[in-house]
Amino acid sequence: MAGLATRPGVEHRDDGGHGHGHGGHAGSGAGELVVDPALVALVVVGVVLVAYLLGAARLRAHGPRGWSAWRTAAFTAGALLVAAALAPWPDAVLGGGARAHMAQHLVLGMLAPLGLVLGAPVRLLLGAVPRARRPVARVLRLRAVHVAGHPAAAALLHVGGLWVLYLTPLYARSLDAPAVHHLVQVHFLLAGYLFAWSLVGPDPAPGRPSLRVRAVVLVLAAAAHAVLAKLLYAQAGTLPPGAANPAAEAEQAAQWMYYGGDVAEVLLVVLLCAEWYRRGARAGARPAGTASAVPGRVRSGTEARAGWRAGVTRAAGRP
Amino acid sequence: MTAPPPAAPPPSGGTPAGTRTVPTDPSPPPHDTRRSLGAGAMIGVGLMAAVDEIVFHQLLGWHHFYDRSTSQVALLSDGVLHAVELVLLVAGFFVLADLQRRRTLARGFVQAGLLVGAGGFQLFDGLVDHKVLRVHQVRYGVELLPYDVAWNGVGALVLVAGLVVLARARRRARAAAGR
Repeated sequence: MAGLATRPGVEHRDDGGHGHGHGGHAGSGAGELVVDPALVALVVVGVVLVAYLLGAARLRAHGPRGWSAWRTAAFTAGALLVAAALAPWPDAVLGGGARAHMAQHLVLGMLAPLGLVLGAPVRLLLGAVPRARRPVARVLRLRAVHVAGHPAAAALLHVGGLWVLYLTPLYARSLDAPAVHHLVQVHFLLAGYLFAWSLVGPDPAPGRPSLRVRAVVLVLAAAAHAVLAKLLYAQAGTLPPGAANPAAEAEQAAQWMYYGGDVAEVLLVVLLCAEWYRRGARAGARPAGTASAVPGRVRSGTEARAGWRAGVTRAAGRP
Repeated sequence: MTAPPPAAPPPSGGTPAGTRTVPTDPSPPPHDTRRSLGAGAMIGVGLMAAVDEIVFHQLLGWHHFYDRSTSQVALLSDGVLHAVELVLLVAGFFVLADLQRRRTLARGFVQAGLLVGAGGFQLFDGLVDHKVLRVHQVRYGVELLPYDVAWNGVGALVLVAGLVVLARARRRARAAAGR
């Protein structure tokens, strides 16, 4: 990643934070000896974001097709959300406890990954660093990527992980042991990214299932999320086992989870539907002057597999 | 891309084995009544669910987020229903936009679908969710019967209105096709 063109550009801390990220000129004098995990996370996020911005600037300047400002904005927003969720302030503002945890879950696991996914970092990498093409292709061909990249598997990791977290003593452990807490946070982010990518990611995704399958997976995942939220509400006094949160606080956190899940679901559904709508345009949706076409029924054979209700039978029946 | 559209089949199934019309007329494409009805119904269900959530849960506070008498099965069905409602609402608008783009939108069928979907959902919510599964009640701390009657009565009324509009739209479509 460091082998990019030496473009001065933004003078953040693009060369700091390679080995031991000791703040540099960031100005935060916290933690001289002990490495603060939050600081490490912020440095990682900063490095990734700067690398992305450098790649985007390079493609905009030299690439044949440039790079969309929307993608850059989405990725930047995602990275900033990750940073905001990992910074110490959620605990300070929300008073720690169940609500702060839930806010972190919603941002780290749902909103931030969506922004990062929409930024299409893999496409950017392929465009900006041609040398990366072969290794990336090799990774994408891996069987493990195909399995984990299936929406059903991603949903299991994402929402199933939440069921495990809140219905087993794992949550209580994460309160005691900082290492467990950080692992849970990393899992939120990675599983959320995997889930969003498998459903609506603009990055290459070999073997991605049809829109119908993805829509069904999304509904089931959202339902499982909503059911878990209500379960947590129903047994607010007892449920994250061993957590001992005040019931009122846990109830509020559960409601945030429920409605926050709605927001994420709507965003994902809109993106799925937008994909369906765009395919309709490509497949000759406009009746135009070509009177022989019955719009909405006939699609050209190459596109026939694209739509939900595309004329599959018609394409198959054609010699 | 290069696949030529099949020239043999007639442009629409509207005229049964009649005169094969010359395929170069610039007349608007036939209305897609089935998808128009479906899009209306999807939006109708989604809108009624949104009204339920916004008005009765949030603004009035009549419905409770969770009712202590709710069973686990009811919790499950409630979660699935809730997830489906959101998808229907969003997808319905996209289907509508698609019909508009193709100029195959049948307005009367969309209206019928809206009413049938909204009324049907209201009735389903009132009977299955409230009474059979007991997810929650219309209101708490009051004599429930008038509320239930009003709730389901309104649902049935909207549903019947939708069916009437549907019958009228069908009649008109048939008349237009016969001409």
